[in-house]
Amino acid sequence: MRSAATPGPPTPLLQVDGISVRFGAVQALDRVSLEIRRGEIVAIIGPNGAGKTTLLNVISGFYHPAEGQIRFEGRDRTHLRPYDVAALGVARTFQNVALFKGMSVLDNIMTGRLLKMRGSFLLEALYWGPAMKQELEHRAFVEQIIDFLEIEAIRKTPAGRLPYGLQKRVELARALAAEPKLLLLDEPMAGMNVEEKEDMCRFILGVNDEFGTTIALIEHDMSVVMDISDRVVALDYGRKIADGRPDDVRDDRAVIDAYLGVAHA
Amino acid sequence: MLEPALDTFPKLALRNAQRLPTKVAIREKDLGIWQSYTWSQYVEQARLIALGLAALGFARGDKTAVVGDNRPQLYWAMLATQALGGVPVPLYQDSVEKEMQYIVDHAEARFAVVEDQEQVDKLLHVREQYPGLEYIIYDDPRGLRHYQDPCLLSLEELRERGRKFAQDNPGYFDAEVAKGGADDLAVICYTSGTTGQPKGTMLSHRNLIETARSAVERERLGASEEVMAYLPMAWIGDHMFSFGQSMVAGFAISCPESAGTVLADLKEIGPTYFFAPPRIWENILTSVMIRVDDASWIKRRMVHFFLDVARRVERARLTHRPASLRDRLLYPLGWLIVYGPLRDNLGMGHIRVAYTAGEAIGPELFEFYRSLGINVKQLYGMTESSALICIQQDGDVKLDTVGPPLPGVEVRIGESGEVLYRSPGVFQGYYKNPEATRETIEDGWVHSGDAGFFDGDGHLKIIDRARDVGRLSDGTIFAPKYLENKLKFSPYVKEAVCVGHGRDFVGALINIDLASVGNWAERRGLAYTSYTDLAQKPEVYELIRQEVVRVNRSLLPDEALRGAQIRRFLLLHKELDPDDQEITRTRKVRRGFIAQKYAPLIEALHGDGDHVNVEAQVTYEDGRTATVRAGVRLCDAETFSWAGAGASG
Repeated sequence: MRSAATPGPPTPLLQVDGISVRFGAVQALDRVSLEIRRGEIVAIIGPNGAGKTTLLNVISGFYHPAEGQIRFEGRDRTHLRPYDVAALGVARTFQNVALFKGMSVLDNIMTGRLLKMRGSFLLEALYWGPAMKQELEHRAFVEQIIDFLEIEAIRKTPAGRLPYGLQKRVELARALAAEPKLLLLDEPMAGMNVEEKEDMCRFILGVNDEFGTTIALIEHDMSVVMDISDRVVALDYGRKIADGRPDDVRDDRAVIDAYLGVAHA
Repeated sequence: MLEPALDTFPKLALRNAQRLPTKVAIREKDLGIWQSYTWSQYVEQARLIALGLAALGFARGDKTAVVGDNRPQLYWAMLATQALGGVPVPLYQDSVEKEMQYIVDHAEARFAVVEDQEQVDKLLHVREQYPGLEYIIYDDPRGLRHYQDPCLLSLEELRERGRKFAQDNPGYFDAEVAKGGADDLAVICYTSGTTGQPKGTMLSHRNLIETARSAVERERLGASEEVMAYLPMAWIGDHMFSFGQSMVAGFAISCPESAGTVLADLKEIGPTYFFAPPRIWENILTSVMIRVDDASWIKRRMVHFFLDVARRVERARLTHRPASLRDRLLYPLGWLIVYGPLRDNLGMGHIRVAYTAGEAIGPELFEFYRSLGINVKQLYGMTESSALICIQQDGDVKLDTVGPPLPGVEVRIGESGEVLYRSPGVFQGYYKNPEATRETIEDGWVHSGDAGFFDGDGHLKIIDRARDVGRLSDGTIFAPKYLENKLKFSPYVKEAVCVGHGRDFVGALINIDLASVGNWAERRGLAYTSYTDLAQKPEVYELIRQEVVRVNRSLLPDEALRGAQIRRFLLLHKELDPDDQEITRTRKVRRGFIAQKYAPLIEALHGDGDHVNVEAQVTYEDGRTATVRAGVRLCDAETFSWAGAGASG
């Protein structure tokens, strides 16, 4: 358990209000509502197929809900496309690593700056004038992230040649390069060994602490969830079944039943 | 003799700032870009830190613990401490809390200047036990924003205090520097001895400056040298090369970005003067060989072919025989397509002088680099001698010696075969340990603890630690390190311990190199789950057996040592680790400790079985311990006799 988050300003960063998503006959999300406050780390838990990734996809604009509303910084943006959501300041990582495998780590992270780049295609191609200045500024920013995540040694390595744990870290770096207000992490620690998980926890807490980034993450490892999150939201069969402090959620009857299974009459 | 105007490091630094104000003194790669500081900036930074320390009440004779990776800020802190008449005590940055506790307490350090949060955390714990540590000053503020402890101070705040202090006390810094003299202590280096608690070796400015100067003159080092400062600052080697000689000669040192980027940074800096202990030379070779093995068939064949040519040419050169005409013709071609590109790729294209020291180097390893035209020479020294005793001279390099003594150094061999020396670099004694000092220095002669002798050309030859050289039960001489180094030349062997004193034959405990054996296994589609699992694969045993046999065969020409071949070996289930006290932080094997800890394994090696079960205590970095259980196989290796070179046993 971390110390309680400092109370933020009254409007939550993100308000999800009664959203539902259906894939054919499958009700992936069923009137789910939740709030994410500025500066907190929220963990989204639930058994397989509970709708966690769908929820993240709705927030980041990949899916549009059949009903309900999403408000980011108080403004309705239920029907924005992923590109616009990203421009608003939401960045994410993916459950399966999605890096450009042939590109260097540095270039991969630089792609995270694309939304911040201004200027004409021609100047960029010539690497001249404002384009050069801009490139240098972005590179300097990216270098701070590289330093922060301790990946100096692999700066020039093609991303596809890295071990899985490091690829995850590079993906986090790319998401951070967009200077997001809200960072969505889909299973940031899946498939990692204990040491890699500890490193990742350290980095997630560090991002939250140093940059003040609000973080929502999906995670299965309960010890990790307990350690790093301020608040836990539990889903089951597309419905929210619990929302509260980590200890309370862990002891919640409905959550225990969801994980251990009860007879569904 | 030292002229009084230049008899301390702060005075030398001031001279450099005056004579070479715009010459780069130190570089650091920060956020991917090399940041340079000139000699005048070097001195200015040290001045601000010194004044900041003075504002905190630093008194002459106070000690400053310095902990972290090689960083300009930490070198400045050492100079700042010396400028105020204090003594820097550099510590190994990967020391666990308990080790740091002992040294900080023993040295009675009032101040600590450290790199980052990791070290701050350790020292805050140290401070709970030893409140004499009054201030902890850190360079990198990351993660420390919420720390409230009043003893904590950022380097930035310290410099700010220094600026204020300077306004009220103009001329303070220069006056303090002027008070210093040649016989003041310059540094206390704690040696990670292979036995017992670390001892604080006290070295004076005179010790270090005179030694540095004589090496600078002998090796003709100038202000234009480029040096990588990447070895632990607590080690006398780094202190001599990156601090002492840099001050004396005025050359620039470069601090790598992080421990993992050293090889890439090396390529960018292109040092002219390079120092590495054998294990680094080994690591570099291993990383090259892995890449060669991954290359296409034709490239691989080409590299091996030309490396063999180079090795034959170099071997002929070392033994003063002419190489064959074919090799002499092929060598320039090899230079064009293999050696030159390889040197550049290693960042060794500009090297004029390179050293290996700290431990004996495997002959094959030494030959490899020399055959590429890299002027690697052997050097012999220790903390107690201000790092340097012997250096091989250009054009007079041998495989198995450490060269003649430096000018001003006298060396003689004691009755027991131990090497004794006397020089201006001889230390002032162990801090607060007169008994150990008396045991080590006798009438001005220092007992080195190494067994050795002079060859016909006046080169000193070190065989082993004096106490480690043993005999098999039939009286054959057994020098464990000699065998171990031969084993370790294999890219697949990371560490080896040979046992044979008082036994019928030699047995070896071997650590596989996880990186290269792992790579080897992957290429063969051999699945493994952990180090322990990989080490016990029959295929891996066969791989290592071939290496052992190669070592045995290579012993044949040497009459004195051919009797002590390795008859049986096993692959250890865990890596030897300084955290478990099996090797020192400088990776020297602690034989006594290993003999005790692995007694069942050693007994099994010299017994009949082919399998033994072990339990081992493992210490994690945070001090927790756990027990690992594993089954370890034992394996026989062929040994050879001189006459028929046939297998027996």
